[in-house]
Amino acid sequence: MAALNGAVENGQPDKKVPSLPRPLRSLEVKYTKIFINNEWHESTSGKKFPTYNPSTLEKICDIEEGDKPDVDNAVEAAKAAFQRGSPWRQMDAPSRGRLLHKLADLLERDRVILATLETMDTGKPFLQAYFIDLEGCIKTLRYYAGWADKIQGRTIPVDENFVCFTRHEPMGVCGAITPWNFPLLMLVWKMAPALCCGNTLVIKPAEQTPLTSLYIGSLIKEVGFPPGVVNIVPGYGPTAGAAISTHDNIDKIAFTGSTKVGKLIKEAASKSNLKRVTLELGGKNPCIVCADADLDLAVECAHQGVFFNQGQCCTAASRVFVEEQIYPEFVKRSVEFAKKRLVGDPFDARTEQGPQIDQKQFDKILELIESGKKEGAKLECGGLAIEDRGLFIKPTVFSEVTDNMRIAKEEIFGPVQPIMKFKSIEEVIRRANSIEYGLTAAVFTKNLDRALTLASALQSGTVWINCYNALYAQAPFGGFKMSGNGRELGEYALAEYTEVKTVTIKLSQKSP
Amino acid sequence: MKKQGSDGNPAPAMPALPEPLKDLKIKYTKIFINNEWHDSISGKKFEVFNPATEEKICEVEEGDKADVDEAVKAARKAFELGSTWRTMDASERGRLLNKLADLVERDRLILATMETIDGGKLFSTAYLMDLGACIKTLRYCAGWADKIHGRTVPMDGNFFTFTRHEPIGVCGQIIPWNFPLVMFIWKIAPALCCGNTVVVKPAEQTPLSALYMGSLIKEAGFPPGVVNIVPGFGPTAGAAISHHMDIDKVAFTGSTEVGKLVKEAAGKSNLKRVTLELGGKSPNIIFADADLDAAVEFAHIGLFYHQGQCCIAGSRIFVEEPIYDEFVRRSIERAKKYTLGDPLKPGVQQGPQIDKEQFKKILELIESGKKEGAKLECGGGPWGDKGYFIQPTVFSNVTDDMRIAKEEIFGPVQQIMKFKTTDEVIKRANNTTYGLAAAVFTKDIDKALTFAAALQAGTVWVNCYSALSAQCPFGGFKMSGNGREL
Repeated sequence: MAALNGAVENGQPDKKVPSLPRPLRSLEVKYTKIFINNEWHESTSGKKFPTYNPSTLEKICDIEEGDKPDVDNAVEAAKAAFQRGSPWRQMDAPSRGRLLHKLADLLERDRVILATLETMDTGKPFLQAYFIDLEGCIKTLRYYAGWADKIQGRTIPVDENFVCFTRHEPMGVCGAITPWNFPLLMLVWKMAPALCCGNTLVIKPAEQTPLTSLYIGSLIKEVGFPPGVVNIVPGYGPTAGAAISTHDNIDKIAFTGSTKVGKLIKEAASKSNLKRVTLELGGKNPCIVCADADLDLAVECAHQGVFFNQGQCCTAASRVFVEEQIYPEFVKRSVEFAKKRLVGDPFDARTEQGPQIDQKQFDKILELIESGKKEGAKLECGGLAIEDRGLFIKPTVFSEVTDNMRIAKEEIFGPVQPIMKFKSIEEVIRRANSIEYGLTAAVFTKNLDRALTLASALQSGTVWINCYNALYAQAPFGGFKMSGNGRELGEYALAEYTEVKTVTIKLSQKSP
Repeated sequence: MKKQGSDGNPAPAMPALPEPLKDLKIKYTKIFINNEWHDSISGKKFEVFNPATEEKICEVEEGDKADVDEAVKAARKAFELGSTWRTMDASERGRLLNKLADLVERDRLILATMETIDGGKLFSTAYLMDLGACIKTLRYCAGWADKIHGRTVPMDGNFFTFTRHEPIGVCGQIIPWNFPLVMFIWKIAPALCCGNTVVVKPAEQTPLSALYMGSLIKEAGFPPGVVNIVPGFGPTAGAAISHHMDIDKVAFTGSTEVGKLVKEAAGKSNLKRVTLELGGKSPNIIFADADLDAAVEFAHIGLFYHQGQCCIAGSRIFVEEPIYDEFVRRSIERAKKYTLGDPLKPGVQQGPQIDKEQFKKILELIESGKKEGAKLECGGGPWGDKGYFIQPTVFSNVTDDMRIAKEEIFGPVQQIMKFKTTDEVIKRANNTTYGLAAAVFTKDIDKALTFAAALQAGTVWVNCYSALSAQCPFGGFKMSGNGREL
């Protein structure tokens, strides 16, 4: 299983491997309303919307549908919680950190519940939700808990008789729009640094997957965050989402989703109040396998890199460049892997791949697969849906892919691996960089020179060398070019959630 | 009075003060190496006393060079490449430090009672301040563990360059008796956070809380050999540490006199890195435009806290001439209000000095004050017939050449001097080989920032005293120390 956010075994003193957790059958969904000021509200319009289980295509439950008036209420609450003199503003920084730690403790306590909800709502295999998504959430919360009282400004020696220093102040009310592929994890990636720096939040989770975000509302209240610090408004992009990106009283917006919508958000931010914007968007990430690579490692990493989470990752290794000499062998082994991949009920412990998230994505993926066949790529395996009913797609491998094909240019977001050939390093650098995306890249080689040359040359926010999806709370993550603006995780995220104030004091005479 | 920042926040609030434990059993009296308890190699033990009663509390194994050698061996092994500690994720180190903080919180009452009995510290202070600071410092450093960043550096030529901030290695840490547990935590927390292993020698007067921490360190799950504790005396166990050829760094808190010996030994042996937190004779400067009540109160606590046994004691109070008499009058009133007695008992405001040696030294300096012509306003002698108690003492009309204005007293003796101008007081305040802390009381922003720049002190407080917090660096200019803690 690809390690997305840290080791499974959390340094347990007795070194016993824990037995596998089991999902909760017949889990009751308790939280379906809008969360404002630590209270649950119905939508102003009275409307609700359904959320579905993509494995069974059955409705799980109805959720209150937030729209502009609900967003307005949430922003009002978040703004009040951010007022000078409010409990949240007055709270010592280390106490903010303690609250984040306690939230992590509660996620640990309710880990099985949250993993079960996430699987029901997204179709991702339960063990992956438990060991990867939830692990990432807990570690990210604890990482930022540690930063809370270390948001330091500087003293600066300026000319003439002045004392000058900076303060790194919270930005204010932050809007966060989160995607459906890692619903809880992407929420925590935003919430943790935002709260760590002292901001307040208005969150709109994806309409396909609101359940875990609403559950975390109950934990936020239980931990003791003051009312209004975190507010959650489920709803749709064009309504609730747009209300956030155009809102005059939201100081900053963070969005994870498609590049297409990311552009709309940045435009809306500019047109409204110039709110600060961070974007984590799509990718068409090159995975470069050199002839001297450890072939088994490269095949497995490339495989997990593209098929993980049903191919629904911004980091998906969706352009695999293999050096000519090892190309046939690489394709052969990749096909073997793809054929072995177990697709089925995400609650089954053996399942590696669940369904795609919804009909729209499903249709888009199949359409791109058809384009691959039509445009002359060689279909090695898969290439169609699994049953008549349901959103399951067979793991698909294309070889003899060329750069002009749609499957080589467009983000597929499905279980489809295009494998292309290359001859020289200069060539592959040029081809890897030739698109408007730039989120991640990977290089497989044993040669130090080649590894570092590629690391410098690739226009990607993250370059992995001899690994894939190695993501940790400590390391910044984000895109070059149209894969995004700004960085999440690491110390760098703090800059996205603080506003710098310079204080300059005049003295009567110059001090050293 | 806040020493290390109380919260006053929704979460967590300052705990209510419980009663100290009756009949506290001392469970840990041996040498702690590799998460195990050992007798001393020599077979010797030494006695630990309660300074309020002069009675023996218990005996503790007396570590010497041979025991230090064993501890260093264990610490070195735990630091080897490939060891559990070296291969542990940085975030996991942070988890262990947080866990240790949880355990200290759990055993807060035990540790506070122990610290009071061993160190003569007021129980309320030990429980609320010392233990509060320990927990906060552990949690602060826990958060840094996975944020020890190096940098990438664009070098000329065909090079790819980056820096790593690696742990130093085996760190020797020599702890004083005035804040035994707090000073223990100030040393181990950053050391462990950065991935080092440690050999700690607590003060011979106050080894008990350090040894108790050994049991919590084991319980928290730190690998064996990461923390080792060798109680013993300075000239034997302490010197063994500062001279040791296989210790990579020594951190010492104590007197300037001994600090110099530690640094010399480091130079003579293996050039181990040295950090020192030493003495002070910190100036507290009160201007006529200050909030007088606040200034009197801060100056009082700034000197008399923990029986005057603080490196940061504001032991030279410079008061601007126009308000001098009033300041002295109010300070005497404040000092006279004291109840001395057993620090375990509620309602006691001042406990004993730590031992006979300190007791005699303080009384000797008081006599010098009288002899050299300072005006004794109150106190001036011992108190009670048992225990090392000294009356809160105030001297006025102190001049810079008197011994009480120059030497660190480390007792409940407050010196109040007069000044006329800013330039004069800056000169006088800086006219010492010490430079640990300083304070200025004024409402004038210009004056405040001028003094902040002009005073040769590691910490300058404006309109407050003793404001310390885990987030702020602390250390001395000049002979008050080398390097920074926190």
